[in-house]
Amino acid sequence: MSVRLQGVSKVFEDPSRPGGQLRAVDRVDLEVKEGEFVTFLGPSGCGKTTTLRIVSGFEAPTEGEVYIAGKRVNDIPPNKRDTSMVFQSYAIFPHMSVEQNVGFGLELKGRPKAEARDETRKIMEVMGLSSMAKRRPDQLSGGQQQRVALARAIVNKPSVLLFDEPLSNLDAKLRDQMRLEIRRIQQRFGITSIYVTHDQIEAMTVSDRILVMYEGKVMQLGTPFEIYSRPAKRFVADFIGRVNFFEAEGAAFDGEGVRARYRGAELRAASRNADCKEGEAVTIAVRPESLRLSPASAGEAGLLRGSIDKAVYLGAVVEYEIDAGLGRPIMAVSHDPVVTGFFKAGDAVSVSFPPEAAHAMAPEAPAEGA
Amino acid sequence: MPRTRLAGSLGELKRLARDPLLAAVVAAVLAALAVFIVYPLVSVALAALRPQGRWTLGVFKEIFSNAYLRQGFWNSLMMGGLTAVIGTAIGFLFAFAQTRADVPLKRLLHAVAIIPIVSPPFIGALAIIMLFGNNGLITWNLLRIQNFPIYGFRGLMIAQAITFFPVAYLTLRGVLESINPTLEDAAMDLGGSRLKVFMRVTLPLALPGIASSMLVLFIETLADFGNPLILAGSRFPILSVQAYLQITGMYDLPKGAALSLLLLAPSITAWVVQKYWVSRKRYVTITGKPTTSTVKIVSPGARVAVFVACLAVTAVIALIYVSIIWGAVVNVWGSDNTLTLRHFSYVFGVGFKAVRDTLVIAGLSTPVSGLLGMVIAFLVIRKAFPGRKFMEFTSMLSFAVPGTVIGIGYILAFNKPPLILTGTLLILLLNFIFRYVPVGIESGVAILRQIDPAIEEAAVDLGADAKTTFSRVTLPLIVPAYFSGLVFAFVRAMTAISAAIFLVSSRWNLMTVQIMAQVESGRLGAAAAFSVILVLIIFAAIFLIRTLLKLRYGRYGGSMLKF
Repeated sequence: MSVRLQGVSKVFEDPSRPGGQLRAVDRVDLEVKEGEFVTFLGPSGCGKTTTLRIVSGFEAPTEGEVYIAGKRVNDIPPNKRDTSMVFQSYAIFPHMSVEQNVGFGLELKGRPKAEARDETRKIMEVMGLSSMAKRRPDQLSGGQQQRVALARAIVNKPSVLLFDEPLSNLDAKLRDQMRLEIRRIQQRFGITSIYVTHDQIEAMTVSDRILVMYEGKVMQLGTPFEIYSRPAKRFVADFIGRVNFFEAEGAAFDGEGVRARYRGAELRAASRNADCKEGEAVTIAVRPESLRLSPASAGEAGLLRGSIDKAVYLGAVVEYEIDAGLGRPIMAVSHDPVVTGFFKAGDAVSVSFPPEAAHAMAPEAPAEGA
Repeated sequence: MPRTRLAGSLGELKRLARDPLLAAVVAAVLAALAVFIVYPLVSVALAALRPQGRWTLGVFKEIFSNAYLRQGFWNSLMMGGLTAVIGTAIGFLFAFAQTRADVPLKRLLHAVAIIPIVSPPFIGALAIIMLFGNNGLITWNLLRIQNFPIYGFRGLMIAQAITFFPVAYLTLRGVLESINPTLEDAAMDLGGSRLKVFMRVTLPLALPGIASSMLVLFIETLADFGNPLILAGSRFPILSVQAYLQITGMYDLPKGAALSLLLLAPSITAWVVQKYWVSRKRYVTITGKPTTSTVKIVSPGARVAVFVACLAVTAVIALIYVSIIWGAVVNVWGSDNTLTLRHFSYVFGVGFKAVRDTLVIAGLSTPVSGLLGMVIAFLVIRKAFPGRKFMEFTSMLSFAVPGTVIGIGYILAFNKPPLILTGTLLILLLNFIFRYVPVGIESGVAILRQIDPAIEEAAVDLGADAKTTFSRVTLPLIVPAYFSGLVFAFVRAMTAISAAIFLVSSRWNLMTVQIMAQVESGRLGAAAAFSVILVLIIFAAIFLIRTLLKLRYGRYGGSMLKF
């Protein structure tokens, strides 16, 4: 079922702040389509968990409307909402066995015992829990507890599945495995899902679309490609991965793309945001892996010349910081260094990039922490 | 700001309206607290400040112009202060021996420090009379001293220190256990001597716990009634006893009420300081992983000293219990040592009704009190509703209100319409339920803090309403704590005297009150036999609850009991 948020805000009283209030969620609009997997991504304290709890009903919005399957649910308490949540701490009932945990929701809904048992068993089978049905939660590993939490949520066939940072308590390897599994289960049952995380790789892996939040506000809603390669704001570009910004002038539109002057050279970007204005300044964002470095002596007409300030050899890649006299270093990454060769600190290089790798945005004050 | 706060409580009200059961429970609990805790206290205040329907401070002026009563006020404060210091010192000694000093016989020392808690609080006083009184075994039979001045300050001091140090022990053991020994190791590693590490690391970290323990002991000593009634004597007036005598001896209700209010003021002050100031200063160094220290900060010499001191206290306590048991089985204490069961047959003849009444009252009030405590703990910790602060404050208040005050309050409040309860079983039950509700609340709060709120949210998310969440998820998780709280509440109900002495009647009497009556009429053997039976019943009850918990909840349940 679809989920729609319309102008949703949440204000907490917080005497330590000027005005005594904290606007944790600030006029969020969102539509999650049926069967879609949307992730709320942002730094801690950005309001993503609060927004999720508004959907589940554990928090009431201060303003705005919440619709599930087209029905306004503002006044429906969490136990009457057709949503199931996977909690960050798993929240497995410690006094119940695995099977009892998974079947608890069906039992509460008053389903016939035999039917509930069959469905519980089926889900445990799918989740690989059948062999531990009688075990107590304290006899399970973290990954197994995670599976129980997920099985307990989906056995109810909820309209909406909610995930509150479900993988943050697992170690790295298990996390990689579980996020693929979550995506597989979600696809298999086709349940509309909302997922909260601060881990961008996790968000990129599981989501159809990502909602990037900062200070309670929506920064961008888009597919993983759009979020990474066509960021709507400087904050988004900076928060997801690493990025180089080039502040260029005299933008001229060129189909979908932009040409602009930068330090006497002409920069070209294949895409631009709608807020770019012709003839004015633009910010051009390029990811480090899209920059091309060549030895300055080769005479290639690069965009910029500089010298390698730092080279960090990581095996699969080499990361460079290049001093081109811009005040902040240019970041570049080159892959497969064994084959392509690499530079050492102090080498003079020229830097260029293909227009497809560049995206133009309207300039703005650098975001906090950028 | 005020507008948003108003909007906040409006929102709470709205949410409450959506859950009618929760709303009903909140309203019922608030009403009960108002009627059975606040109303009696207001009645005491009115009796003292408006004796003839007019506001006056006359009663207090009268009290303070009376040198004897004035002395009683200062004596009470002094006893409270001294017991706080001495009791905390002994408690710290035992706690330190358990957690740091690695002395032999740890289990025995633990038992010794626990036994006074599960005994009637005046057992020390009774034994001291038997040993040092006019026919005292030591003073008269051994030393041939007649009329040794044990009544008054000296005797009472010993009795109260013995009675209350276990409370300090339990508090301080918890505090010392929570101080990570690696901190002490680190200090030694930095070059500190053992004494220096103790003075600069261990002691400062334990200081909030020590302060808290002292304040609690001060409150309990101030409220203590049994020990002073037996031991204070006429030349060393104590406020709680004087208030009782004003009412039962002189029928002067206003003066009794005023005296009890004088008791209430320092007690509440100490409680507020403890609850809102000291308890927030606790240093929490719990990391989740228990760390064992290899380096001990106690030198061998210090260890011997701690052990010997603990043994000395143990000897005193052993002497007390041996005296009580011996007194119960010999014909005439001090002069005729032939063994006899006549005191027990006397108790079973004359006193059997009191034994039965006590069991009925404690048995009925304890589960209700425990359950009420759990419900209040759940509401206060987990729910938002208007009146939450009031509920938290009032329900814990009975901890700070001396029994004398609440006893007087009950006879004042429930001796007239709309609620006439004096002389009934109900008044005793209600008194016990609301008096010991903090015990249930405390253990409920402690365990609720350990249960991740997400577990309850998960149940709600799966479709459970407030009632189902509480009964299917919260309650099963807190049941072990509920029972261990229940044991404490039961012990307190079995050994209560200060409030109950105002409320007993010929129809409903209590063993503790009977024991007092036997002491007053000089029948020490009967008093001792009564005490032995009382302690045996308590031990049996603890054993029973413990066994049931073990059977029902396996190893987890049994270990919840701290005894």
